[in-house]
Order: sequence, then C-alpha cells, then structure tokens
Amino acid sequence: MLESIQLNKSFGKLKALDGLSVRMNAGQAISFIGPNGSGKTTFIKCLLGLVVPDSGDILLNGAHVLRGWDYRRHIGYMPQIGRYPDHMRVGQLFDMLKEIRRGTFQHLDDDLMRAFEIDKFAHKTMRTLSGGTRQKVSACLAFLFDPAVLILDEPTAGLDPLSSEILKEKVLAEKAKGKLILLTSHILSDLDELTTDVMYIMDGKMQFYEPIGRLKDQTGEDKLHRAIANLMKQHAAA
Amino acid sequence: MKTLVRDITPAIHFAKMQHTTHASAVAGNPIFRIIKYVLYDILQNRIVIGYTLFLLAVSMGLFALSDDPTKGLISLLNIVLIVAPLVSAIFATIHFYNASEFIELLAAQPIRRGVIVWSQFLGLVIALEIAVLAGIGIPVALYTPTATGLTLLLAAMGLTLVFVALALLASVVTRDKAKGIGVALLLWFYFALLYDALVLFILFTFADYPLEKATLVLAALNPIDLARVMVLLQMDISALMGYTGALFREWLGSSWGILTAVGILFLWAAVPMLLAVRVFRRKDL
Repeated sequence: MLESIQLNKSFGKLKALDGLSVRMNAGQAISFIGPNGSGKTTFIKCLLGLVVPDSGDILLNGAHVLRGWDYRRHIGYMPQIGRYPDHMRVGQLFDMLKEIRRGTFQHLDDDLMRAFEIDKFAHKTMRTLSGGTRQKVSACLAFLFDPAVLILDEPTAGLDPLSSEILKEKVLAEKAKGKLILLTSHILSDLDELTTDVMYIMDGKMQFYEPIGRLKDQTGEDKLHRAIANLMKQHAAA
Repeated sequence: MKTLVRDITPAIHFAKMQHTTHASAVAGNPIFRIIKYVLYDILQNRIVIGYTLFLLAVSMGLFALSDDPTKGLISLLNIVLIVAPLVSAIFATIHFYNASEFIELLAAQPIRRGVIVWSQFLGLVIALEIAVLAGIGIPVALYTPTATGLTLLLAAMGLTLVFVALALLASVVTRDKAKGIGVALLLWFYFALLYDALVLFILFTFADYPLEKATLVLAALNPIDLARVMVLLQMDISALMGYTGALFREWLGSSWGILTAVGILFLWAAVPMLLAVRVFRRKDL
C-alpha cells in the first residue's frame, strides 16, 4: 500500500536516511524502533512530504506521491511534539482543519474527541494547554478524517495512563478495520500490544523488518522489549 | 487470490476518493479557507494596531504643524519612505518565523505548499495595507485630497507589498530566525540608506559624462527611490531637480510612464514572492 524506494536524505554531513526501501501493507501496524537520531522521524516526515528526500521514491497504492500533496488526504499524522498556533482556540483548530480538508474525507471520526472530552476545553487557547492535553488534541486530529494510513510519532509520550489506554484501544480498533498504522515509541511495552511488525532503523539504514511473532521466536523471548534488546546485542556483536 | 483481493480493496477506495477531488476543487480555493485564520493570527498581535496608530499620529501631527499641506506631505513622504519598508520587512519576517507551527500543521494537510506561502503573504499584505490605508489614507483625505496625496498613499502601499515579499524571501531562505531578521534588516538598510550613497558616489565619479538615462535606470533598481520619484514628480518642485528632473518628468509625467513605474514596483514584489514560493516548495520543515 505504502512503499519507499531507496530513500536518501542528508542534512549537511549527517546522513539521516541511507537507501531506505520498505513496503508497508494495509492491516499492518509497524513499529519503527531505533536509537535517537537514527532517522525514524525523518522517514516519517518524508512520507508526509514535510522533508524532501535527496533521492528515491514514495508510492501510495502504486502512485508516485513524492512532491505531490493530494495524497495527504489518506494520512492522519500525530507529531512527536504537537506545535500549534499559540492564540488559536482548540475549537477553532478543529474547525480550521475541517474546513481545509472539506471534500477530501468521507466521514468524520470523533470517537477520540468524545473519549477525551475535547468539548470541555474547546474554548481554551492552545498556548494554555498542558503537554498531555496537547497530545490528546494531536491524537484526535490524526484520527478525525478516518484516513487509510495513520502515522503516530511517540503517541503515548506525555499521556496519562487512562488516556494512553484509550488511545491504544483506538489504534487497535483502526488496525482491525484494515488500516496501515505506523508507530514510533521508546516505550516498547506500549508497542507490544499494538504492533504486527517491527522495523529497526539505525544510522538511516534498515537493520531488520520482521513480524513480531517471528522476532519473538527467533530470540526465544516473549516480550518485545527483551527480544529487541537481545537482537540489538547480536547486532552490536556482529 | 485472497491476498490479491486484499491488495486491491484499498486501491478501489483510493480511486473513489480521487473522484471526489473534482467536486471539491470547485468548492473554493484553499487559500481563501486558510486566510481568515492567518489574519486572525496576525491580528492577535497588537503590533499592527500600534503601527496604524503610529502612522495616524505622525500624519495628523505633520499636517497640523505645517501651514501648507504640501510641506506636510513632503515631511510625511520622507518618514513613510523609511518607516513603511522597515515595519513591513521586520513584521513580516518575525510573523513568518512565529507562524512556523502553523505552517508545519498546514504542510501535513492535503494542500499545496504554494497555498501555504501565498496565504501567509496575503494575510500579511492585507493587515499591513489596512494599517497604511487607515494611518495615512485618512489624514491625507482630510488635509490634502489631491493627486499628490493619492500618489503618496499608493507609494506607501506599493512599498509595503514589495517589502513583505522581500521579507518572506529572506525568511524562506534562512532557517534561523535571528539570521532571517538580519537579512530583512540588511535589505531595508541597503535600499533605504546605502543605495542612495552608492548612487551619489557614482554620480560624482562620472560627473563628466551624461548620466541622465543611467539615473533613470538606477532609480528603477531601487523600489524606495522609485516610490520617491513618483511622488515628487506629482509636486511642482521637479523644476529644482535640473535636467535629470526634466527627464524624469518627461518619463513619469505621461500616464504611460506612471504605468511603467507602477509595473516596475509590482515586479519588485512579484519576483521575490515567486522566488520565495519556489524555495519553499523544496524546503524541509
């Protein structure tokens, strides 16, 4: 469904992406794992068109989308740190995005908005919101337009345990509907319940990309974080 | 077979969605959907209101203090030629950097990058032009509702347009906020002060040669000079400007000349803005 072919991106001397080729299919929930600065966020930003790769290609349902814009209607994005205009009110933000995406979606999915009770602080300005509340807003926006691809960058960071559970439930529900879900997180126990596949990125290169079951079989561990730690040790030794 | 079906379903879904695009394209240009939020964001900042009041106070003060409205107009011209480009350039640059969150948010939506820059540009231009219209337009209409007064107003509006465009180009090219503001300030400094010194230097160095035509070209190469000449020629003081003045008069005195001058001023806004859009299309956010 979504495919990257030989993506390269350098920031000055730093090579953020080094020939990254991945195929991602509907119904998969893929976790991107890797050390800080390994290129996970750059990869996500390339998929969204926020960062323009130096070379390579991106295909969505077989269509070239690199430097396109209309394809973003199929993507819901929750950034690592949701940054919003300071003076804008929460309600206004939702209104604006609905207006911008008018005609590009089939129906609105406000499950999360209701679960997080966004109405209660719709009149507040974005500046006055706490980090966690802002994350809730980001999450609602990602799911709002019922997109076929969901990109969630550190979704549970900063959320309280209850909200974190609500979000995870929602991710599972969307996965069951056959959507493609891309996740990054450093909290591996969160990912354990959500993902079908794990992709490990280091220095802009893909180290491995395996279904979670096979990873656990290979390493003989039943928890994702142990399996990953095990594999990282193996890679370090190799 | 089963996997094939699974692979095709999203494609059908996708094709269906593509079909609805055409209907939405008719529903209105996305720039107009965004611009009110951009304007709202700009007006939250009290600087535009402060700028309007400042222009209003200066214009009213100058007209009230001078017994002859033409004198008031000349003093106002000198201030406007310095202040309008400065405020436009600095405010546009700072706003563009402060709007980086907003821009990032929009860039992840199904809209073109060009739409994002154009909506920022138009928002800034609308806000600042309203300030100029109110701050300079009202006093001019009250004290000297003449062709000269109107030309001064148009010159100020033209310069605002030009310097917002230049400022956006500066902010798109540089990543760092301080550097961007520095570049915008430098552009203003060059056009408002340095350029005239350079022109004087050239005129003195080559004083033995006929430079009238060259002076014309030199004036066109600086939007602020162009605006100044446009206004001065509306006043009956161009006789004091010697042969060059006569030549300017000949050029700009005709309606065709005024049109070219306005056209060149317009180019001064269009070229930097188109460049800014080009650069922004490829920029990493």
